[in-house]
Amino acid sequence: MPTNTVKGHTFEVNDEGFFINRDQWSEELAVELAALIDVELDEAHWAPIRFMRQDSARTGVTPTLRRLQTVGGFDVKELYRLYPGKPVKKMAWLAGLPKPVGCV
Amino acid sequence: MRRVLILGAGTAGTMLANRLADQLDRSWSITIVDRDDDHHYQPGYLFIPFGTATAKQITKPRSSFLPPRVAFVRSGISRVRPDDNEVDLDDGRILGYDWLLIATGTVPRPDLTPGMGDGSLWYRKVFDFYTMAGALALQDVLAGFRGGRLLVHITEMPIKCPVAPLEFAFLADDHFRRRGLRHKVDITFVTPLDGAFTKPIAARELGNLLEDRSIRLATDFAVERVDNEHSTLIAYDGRELPFDLLVTVPLNTGQQYVFESGIGDESGFVQVDKQTLRSTRYDNIFAFGDATDLPTSKAGAVAHFAVELFGDNFQAAIAGRPLPNAFDGHANCFIESGRGEALLLDFNYDTEPLTGRYPLPLVGPMRLLGRSRINHWGKLLFEKLYWQVLMRGRSLPVPTLMSMAGKDQED
Ligand SMILES: Cc1cc2nc3c(=O)[nH]c(=O)nc-3n(C[C@H](O)[C@H](O)[C@H](O)COP(=O)(O)OP(=O)(O)OC[C@H]3O[C@@H](n4cnc5c(N)ncnc54)[C@H](O)[C@@H]3O)c2cc1C
Repeated sequence: MPTNTVKGHTFEVNDEGFFINRDQWSEELAVELAALIDVELDEAHWAPIRFMRQDSARTGVTPTLRRLQTVGGFDVKELYRLYPGKPVKKMAWLAGLPKPVGCV
Repeated sequence: MRRVLILGAGTAGTMLANRLADQLDRSWSITIVDRDDDHHYQPGYLFIPFGTATAKQITKPRSSFLPPRVAFVRSGISRVRPDDNEVDLDDGRILGYDWLLIATGTVPRPDLTPGMGDGSLWYRKVFDFYTMAGALALQDVLAGFRGGRLLVHITEMPIKCPVAPLEFAFLADDHFRRRGLRHKVDITFVTPLDGAFTKPIAARELGNLLEDRSIRLATDFAVERVDNEHSTLIAYDGRELPFDLLVTVPLNTGQQYVFESGIGDESGFVQVDKQTLRSTRYDNIFAFGDATDLPTSKAGAVAHFAVELFGDNFQAAIAGRPLPNAFDGHANCFIESGRGEALLLDFNYDTEPLTGRYPLPLVGPMRLLGRSRINHWGKLLFEKLYWQVLMRGRSLPVPTLMSMAGKDQED
């Protein structure tokens, strides 16, 4: 299994760089990862990440954009503003979760 | 009398009714509910727009596939009340049950994307082909289409038969090529995924095929709305794709009554244990086919493999014993790639589609993930198997759980 090391934290990743083990994640690590994609985590950025951690701990899968909207109550446009381009993928990566697939 | 109630007489419900009629003795009553008596062979929706199948060919009466001892109730379902073990029907009747088997599938919801179902272009320039009405309307439009920008679009995953939109793109390429108009039609496949398909090896093979056929690929496209005034599909990230014809697969959700009965997730899919298909909340409820939240393809083949394993599990459930059989998410499907050829995918929860041969190593006869005429005939043969074998409650001559035999492993 490939691993990634950021500022002394080592964690296992898949071939696309997503975490394999959610327990190897920490809030400090998220801050370091965010810097790599030019995001500075403020409260607005943290809210969806915390939701994704909590929700996936319960369901076992990374929530989709639709779930963030309908269950988490987040505004999709706002998520695109916070994490431009591919918000769910960026947030899943920062939250130490697998890439959301919405299934086959 | 002990009572089994099946909701939905489509692919999964019909198979269940036949199996249970054989399996349960006369101390049981079996009832099945559906809103009408028209059973559609849904894979046929793909061929109607291109004039290679007709509505009549792919429709048969549901009742002719149900055994005599099964009571068929024709009505819409309005609510399940799991704490009372009762189901309310649209016509006012109430049906009680001891065991409830839910097989009401999924439904396209164009009304949930702004400007789609409620837009002025709906069924003028914007169509779905996941309903009989949409497929028929598209047939006229395609026949009259003489050039321009065609978008083939998936709104969001999951959808049933996730490869059908790709097949539509390949068949459209073929259709315009044969009419000598291909150079006048610009085809783009628009998907919320980051490739042509979810699983990497299949995405690579199918992506190459799109390129071969000069079909453009727009990935990571999270649609925000359809702009009817400018005939444009707009994504949240600001991308805008103009179209002359938009063929979309709308958001697929579970049925409205599932939302309202509190037995599903936020998309209306019934939450089940992924190995036994038992409801995670009610021990006397199971769900099958597209209606579930199983993390595998929503496909007829999946419903079939899961139903195969249910018989023993149901006996155990009735006796209050642990359920012996575990479903592995086995799915397989043919992908029509146009020009009289098709590809075959075979996979489960853990194993992605690989190249190789099926069902026997080396000899096949069917090639996995490669194009061949045999696969195309396999797809056509499937329609016969569907009505004559599956809907009669018999088994397909292939393994129920996925086998690695014949698959080429890459690392
Ligand atoms: C274009 C297309 C191509 C496809 N190609 C393939 C393929 O090649 N291979 C493959 O394996 N699968 C394919 N599929 C998928 C396959 O058709 C479905 O996965 C399968 O039919 C699912 O079976 P089901 O019993 O879960 O749902 P369905 O067969 O859809 O049955 C659900 C039933 O429930 C009834 N119902 C729903 N709600 C209510 C209500 N409120 N009241 C009363 N009745 C209700 C409906 O009338 C329906 O009869 C394709 C689907 C489409 C649309």
